[in-house]
Amino acid sequence: MQKYSIFNLVKNAFSNHENWDLAWKDPTPKEEYDVVIIGGGGHGLATAYYLAKEHNITNVAIIEKGWIGGGNVGRNTTIIRSNYMHDENGLFSEFGMDLWRKMSQDLNYNVMFSPRGIINLAHSDAQMNAYARRGNSMRLNGIDAVLLNREQVKEIIPMADFSENVRFPIFGGLMQPSAGTARHDAVAWGYARQADSMGVDIIQNCEVIGFDVSAGKIKGIRTSRGNIKAKKVGICVAGSTNILAEKLNMTLPIETHLLQACVSEPIKPVLDNVVTFGAGHFYVSQSDKGEMVMGGDLDGYNSYAQRGNLPTLQHVLTEGIAMMPFLSKLKMLRTWGGIMDMSMDGSPIIDKTHIEGLYLNCGWCYGGFKATPASGWTFAHTIAQDRVHELNAGYSLNRFSTGHLIDEKGLGTKTWIS
Amino acid sequence: MLYINCPHCGMRSQNEFSYGGDASVKRPELNKEVSDQEWDNFVYNRKSLRGKHLELWQHISGCRQWIKVERDTATHEIFRTFKADEEVA
Repeated sequence: MQKYSIFNLVKNAFSNHENWDLAWKDPTPKEEYDVVIIGGGGHGLATAYYLAKEHNITNVAIIEKGWIGGGNVGRNTTIIRSNYMHDENGLFSEFGMDLWRKMSQDLNYNVMFSPRGIINLAHSDAQMNAYARRGNSMRLNGIDAVLLNREQVKEIIPMADFSENVRFPIFGGLMQPSAGTARHDAVAWGYARQADSMGVDIIQNCEVIGFDVSAGKIKGIRTSRGNIKAKKVGICVAGSTNILAEKLNMTLPIETHLLQACVSEPIKPVLDNVVTFGAGHFYVSQSDKGEMVMGGDLDGYNSYAQRGNLPTLQHVLTEGIAMMPFLSKLKMLRTWGGIMDMSMDGSPIIDKTHIEGLYLNCGWCYGGFKATPASGWTFAHTIAQDRVHELNAGYSLNRFSTGHLIDEKGLGTKTWIS
Repeated sequence: MLYINCPHCGMRSQNEFSYGGDASVKRPELNKEVSDQEWDNFVYNRKSLRGKHLELWQHISGCRQWIKVERDTATHEIFRTFKADEEVA
């Protein structure tokens, strides 16, 4: 594989950049693979990469219905953080933060990881107490957390509404300075390029239409491009999880919902951090191009349409304007939607299934992007070793029957219903 | 914008409604032994169909009644609406 470097960039400039190698090949599916990963999104590509890199398993195919990186890894708001209170989520995400910090070097691909810090705003004394508790839990798990008072928040984001007579005054906030953003497409492409170079077949425009299971053991998959035998199969398809589960006669604690995001016209640098509104669901950061990247609540009803409706967008942006009134002056540049695999406790599932050789990675809700490296790493481990790693032991499929829910929000089941 | 034909009030915008999930889910009957699996299916497990989906909505800013809506989860098209206690054929 051609290394990306300043020297190669200069060298290729002399031939008008027409002689670069393809970043990944377009192979025809082989008859059989050791491992087939269904889903060429961030998590699937990362899984294939770590299978090859950490476990030396390279007879691997990624089967993607559309094109790689065309789902949620290309539709998110690029936020990376590990500000969780529960041990399972905190330790898993912080392991991921370490992979994020090394990712550009590891993949020889600039993923533009920018640890600019995230601030969750608090709008009451009670919320400050809750954040103090969460911050302390984070620090016990070795995650950086700083509790900011109103004046400290004002120093960092003076453009927020600090007037006295607002409905949700800013009391302070909880900051994770090491959190940040990354270039989402680059993450998918970087993993794809490295996985491909180690022998993984990336097979696009290939839809899975069925599974071959006999005597409780996976034998292969049936696709729109023919049958493929496989010793092990990993499902990594986010919002389409239920569609594949139905083909396996499985019913999962997952509902597929619609989430929208939007960007404004580009403006000069105004916001250095990621900021979330504490009295609702709204978050904002500024991209390197200058656009304000914003998102918030789900549309609220089951949906497989990758596009949303105006009422939710209006609701979300009303919160945004309450938090930072200057946003109302901006023109909207783009809005889009993606479909989320909402798990019943708001935490993911990375586990084996009742079918031998079949593994499941789903339930990322609206927090899948930041988990890309840790999810790929632990899923690769689970598949290669046929047992869960301690980092994803809590993300079991049967926790809903045993009662070991990881209910980060403390809301009980269906945490997304408002 | 979704427009939902409330069987009590007529056609209204989605802003007046809140969503209540899959309407085909049945609570296990009382006074009967309920297995863990049945309880799981009731509380957590969902088919989350792609295509026609029968679901509960509440006309929260209108008559406040719960209703059933038959809607396509891929296109958002709404086919039929029913009163909560109406049997859906």
